[in-house]
This record gives sequence, C-alpha cells and structure tokens, in this order.
Amino acid sequence: MKADFSNSLGIHETALKVWTARTRLLATNIANADTPGFAARDVDFKAVLSRAAGRSEAPALATTDARHLPAAGAGQAVRYRVPSQPALDGNSVDLQQEQGAFAQNAVRYQATLQFIQNRLRTLQQAISGGER
Amino acid sequence: MSLFDVFTIAGSALEAQSVRLNLTASNMANANNVAGSAQEAYRARQPYFAPLLNRALTSSGAGASATTGVAGVRTLGVLENPAPPPRLYQPGHALADKDGYVYGSNVNPIDELVNMISASRSYQNNVEVLNTSKELLLRTLMLGQ
Repeated sequence: MKADFSNSLGIHETALKVWTARTRLLATNIANADTPGFAARDVDFKAVLSRAAGRSEAPALATTDARHLPAAGAGQAVRYRVPSQPALDGNSVDLQQEQGAFAQNAVRYQATLQFIQNRLRTLQQAISGGER
Repeated sequence: MSLFDVFTIAGSALEAQSVRLNLTASNMANANNVAGSAQEAYRARQPYFAPLLNRALTSSGAGASATTGVAGVRTLGVLENPAPPPRLYQPGHALADKDGYVYGSNVNPIDELVNMISASRSYQNNVEVLNTSKELLLRTLMLGQ
C-alpha cells in the first residue's frame, strides 16, 4: 500500500489558512481604527466552509447573454461589517468588536495548531511503531 | 498570504499613530508661542490618515480570495487648523505689531490631550496585535517538535 500524506492533516490545513487571512483582515481593521471613511471587513465563515467543502452557497445566475455580468459578489468570503455605531467620518471600525474577534481568532488559530500537532504525533507514533 | 503581513499592517499603524503623537507633542510645546503677525503664528497640526492600498499583499487561497487591496494605514499629510490665531493686546511685547498686538497659537490644549490619549490607545492596540501575531508565528514554527 502506498502511503499518502498529502491529506493527513485533514481540514486543519485549510483552517489555518483561513485563520491567517482573518488575522490579517482584523489587523487591517484595527490599524485603520482612526482612518476616515474606512469600512471594516471580516471573513464570512459559513461561505468559507461551504467553499472548502466544495459547494457554493451562491445561487448560480444564468448568463444567457454575452453582456451579462457574473454574480461574483454573492458567494464572497469577505464581507463588510454592519456598524453598530456608525461614526460621522464614515469609519465603521468598532474597536471593542475587533479586539474581541482578534482574541477569538488567535485562540482558534492555536486550537488548529494543536490539532495539527496531535495529528503529527499520531503519524509519528504510527511510523515508529509506538516506540518513543 | 502569511502572518508576516500582519507585521507590515500593524507596523504601518504604529508609524501613523506615532506621527500623530509627534504632532500632538509639537502642538503642546508650541501652545504658548506668540508671533508678530497672523501669518507667522503657530497653528495646530493634525495628520490625516488613509487606507494603504497594497497590491503586493494581494492574496489567493482558500477563503482568502477577497482579502485584497486594503492593508495598513498611511499618513496622507498634515493639516493646519484654519481657525484664526488669537490676537492679544500686548503693546510692551518685543514682537508686537504697530497697533500693539501679538498673535498667539490656535492650539487647544484640551483637544490635544484627548488626541494624545486616543493616539496612545491606538498605538497600544496595534502593539498588542503585533505581539499576538508574533506568538502565533512562533508557535507555528514549533509545529512538529
């Protein structure tokens, strides 16, 4: 039997990429907390998950004419936040919300790291036959 | 796409906020300046920020296809407060004009203090983002050990 390790980490590999992308987005939001007109964005986890699972949430629009535009925006993984307290200068960053999301994201990232770590340990054990 | 981008993003914010802090310090230091004419009078300065559009950070990957464009912040420039500087009647002053007036600065110390607090909080937030990202990166490096 041929050993194939390409899928040995399962969904966690993708998950790590998603958390990384989200860290970047949240860092951008926090960095622009004082920028007039800046619109905060975040990852829509449901859209990402359905994309990773290979099915798209977006209803496919039939393009029956060459001039029809594809509905690219519908299944977007990154969405603009709906501000709970809009600012006069057009900035939609809610710092408390962003900090909370950032902390949550960091914990999720570490959880995924731990999952990968455990997978690797299991593989290691299988390879070494249980010997340490 | 990597966590290293976060260092760039948070770094740009640190830079922008430190410009803001610098300008606040400059305004506070010059709050009691006087000048011989309204043109020479010190005017309060404020930076204005804009999102930094960085095409180099454009990424593609699972769930990240739309995290393009905006990353970080930059200081577009510095604006001077257009309010007229206060005119003070001090005929004995060395800089007084022919009518005996000197011109103070239009710095409002309360505005500056509030600005300073806001800037330092934003700075701390971004330092925290940097620290957390660094921690995550280091833990990723330790993977498999």
